[in-house]
Amino acid sequence: MGRKATFKEGTLKKKGPGRKSKKQKDPVFPKFLKETEEGVKKLSRRQKLRLQKGLKKKVESIAKRKITQDKNEQNQIIKGQSIKVKSQNIKPTKTSKKLIAKKQSHGFSDDNKTWLKPKSIKKSEISDDEDSTQMSADEDSTQMSDEEHSTQMSDDEDSTQMSDHEISSVNNSEDVENEESMINSEEDNSDEEVAKIRSLNDMSDDSDEDDEFVEKNDTVSDEDLLPIEKKNKLLKKKLAIEKKLADEELESNIESQEKFQFPDADSNEVLSLQDIQHRIREVISVLADFSKLRDLKHSRLDYMELLKQDLCTYYSYNDFLMERLMQLFPLFELLEFLEASEVQRPLTIRTNSLKTRRRDLAQALINRGVNLDPVGKWSKEGLVIYSAQVPMGATPEYLAGHYMIQGASSLLPVMALAPQENERILDLSSAPGGKASHIAALMKNTGVLFANDINKDRIRAVVGNFHRLGVTNSVITCMDGRKYPSTLKDFDRVLLDAPCSGTGVVTKDTSVKTSKDEQDVQRCYNLQRQLLLAAIDCVNAKSSTGGYIVYSTCSILPEENEWVIDYALKKRNVKLVSTGLDFGVEGFVNYRHHRFHRTMNLTKRFYPHKHNMDGFFVAKLKKWSNVIPQNHENKDDIEENANSDVE
Amino acid sequence: MLIERPDGMYCFREQKDRVYYVSEKILKLANTIQHNHLISVGTCFGKFTKSNKFRLNITALSYLAPYAQAKIWLKPPAEQQFLFGNHVSKAGLGRISENTKKYDGVVVYSMSDLPLGFGVAARSTVECKNLEPLSSVCFHQADIGEYIRSEEDLL
Repeated sequence: MGRKATFKEGTLKKKGPGRKSKKQKDPVFPKFLKETEEGVKKLSRRQKLRLQKGLKKKVESIAKRKITQDKNEQNQIIKGQSIKVKSQNIKPTKTSKKLIAKKQSHGFSDDNKTWLKPKSIKKSEISDDEDSTQMSADEDSTQMSDEEHSTQMSDDEDSTQMSDHEISSVNNSEDVENEESMINSEEDNSDEEVAKIRSLNDMSDDSDEDDEFVEKNDTVSDEDLLPIEKKNKLLKKKLAIEKKLADEELESNIESQEKFQFPDADSNEVLSLQDIQHRIREVISVLADFSKLRDLKHSRLDYMELLKQDLCTYYSYNDFLMERLMQLFPLFELLEFLEASEVQRPLTIRTNSLKTRRRDLAQALINRGVNLDPVGKWSKEGLVIYSAQVPMGATPEYLAGHYMIQGASSLLPVMALAPQENERILDLSSAPGGKASHIAALMKNTGVLFANDINKDRIRAVVGNFHRLGVTNSVITCMDGRKYPSTLKDFDRVLLDAPCSGTGVVTKDTSVKTSKDEQDVQRCYNLQRQLLLAAIDCVNAKSSTGGYIVYSTCSILPEENEWVIDYALKKRNVKLVSTGLDFGVEGFVNYRHHRFHRTMNLTKRFYPHKHNMDGFFVAKLKKWSNVIPQNHENKDDIEENANSDVE
Repeated sequence: MLIERPDGMYCFREQKDRVYYVSEKILKLANTIQHNHLISVGTCFGKFTKSNKFRLNITALSYLAPYAQAKIWLKPPAEQQFLFGNHVSKAGLGRISENTKKYDGVVVYSMSDLPLGFGVAARSTVECKNLEPLSSVCFHQADIGEYIRSEEDLL
């Protein structure tokens, strides 16, 4: 509970001994806040003043009044002018305006007198309009309606003769207060007196300003320039010339700066990372507008080579992978991808719909101090964890199998697979069981799920996760996926999340940057091809509900993705079908010298910099015939691949 | 209760000293796979030790919890302690089912009715009432913390 603020100052100060008096003082408003409050008070003070004025009126003699009347007249006129300025659209007071304007021409006493004199009513009106528009910026709130204005005029006539004096005296003594009231006057427009003070205060300044506006007006209407104005014009011209010169200089400077100096081939100077980053940017900008910015001595190839070297040093990739990435992405996207690959993806979890619902889980986790959000509209089970006070892998909910820690991207292949209840489904390389358990959840523990992995150590994770998540319809096997068709066939659906080079998940395992070379990739895609063919062979094309194969990798290289699919399309009676994922980038149909199958655009690619998930590839195939097209050449090809494969 | 279910016949099968509880339909398919390749079928309930004693595994918890006679509920601070493999002291005891006898097997729950593991009652319900706060009420046997503590030798 906060302390009660006392808005009335200086009231009720407790005195004497006792605990209460020793207590901390009541909070005081800071000065800048106080100002406005005082302003409000001030208004009431003005009312007090008014009262005093009223009293004084009675007390002071009429004779004195008469003496002051002459002065007041003048004031009134000026005040009248300022009020008129505030009210633009007053039709009935036009005549009075004219009168006042006439008076003005006599009443003015400053140095503008000379040129103001010949001014006719018309001109003053114009100037008024001009003024009012200028003033409107700060005074639009003070504009009054016609009636108000007229009443005020009449009020002013009788009441302000005295008050003007009073206020002017106040002005002298309490400048600060007046300033405050100035501020307030903008807020409170109905208070006539404030308006008056304004007129008084602004009299000297405003009139000058007004005159300037009028001057400008004159140049338009009369073409009769004053010496000051002429000077002004000259000055402006001078300024313009100077500015032009400065701009030219600046441009020439920029040009000289932008010209990127191609470094000598021999120079092996060690550059700092920042220098390299700077150079990367420069080279990219040169390459973007090559014909204009290029250095004639060097070809585009040289520039690309330099860029590749720099990128390799800056992001610590090896030459091979960087070359592949440069072939894969346009330059600007490449930088985005590399940057995104440095940053960790947000932690995502998948609700285990076998044991709980997402809403309940979210509530339970929020109670544990976890900050989370749904992963997106496309998934009903995913949750993104922004921050957590407890380790997400050790909460009682996790141990009870209410959720599984899983990348957002690994939800996609299962969604593409769209498993149905009472089907027979195979996950050919399942460890650690995230996707497989997702399949089981979608099947609601009906049918049979075969989860296979070749690695005996990793299969333990599958066992643990399945038991934890309560998957009961599973058969966990540990064998070579390529031999699966000889053991068991007639699956309705097969998911193949193939082992890959992992170029899409550089954030998870940075060793990918340097450890992969041409041979590794070749090894990968050979294995992938064989696994995919095995997966296709496992599927029963005559299945009433299924006959689908989903192929996915966490690699972004086309060699491991489109090329593998293309190979399978040639070797087996399968066709590509839509993945059912409504986002992601379409797969390549043409990539460099490769011309893939024309339906390759049905596959989906996901990138860290575009979709904020791991780099991923998903393709869905439908088997339309169980017959394996026999071709001698092809068979040789398979055997060749099998031989070349190390595993 | 566990054998004849509305969704078909279920059975217990022993494989490599482990006892699995699985639907017969799945079992039929699993039989086609060579034994040395088969890792797990359905849910593992427990295993026979070398001395031929049967030990329940934590993986059976979700099946056994609904049929448990004796239950113990833990307070939130004790919950964490139990999941690290510690015994339950009187201070951490939230509730205990009536008529629990000494050395009965119990299923341990959290206060939000989440089954946490198996234990053995160290005291009967009556004895629990007048007990020092630090003396243990339930001995730890198995808990779901084992899923991450000992994932390697879960089976």
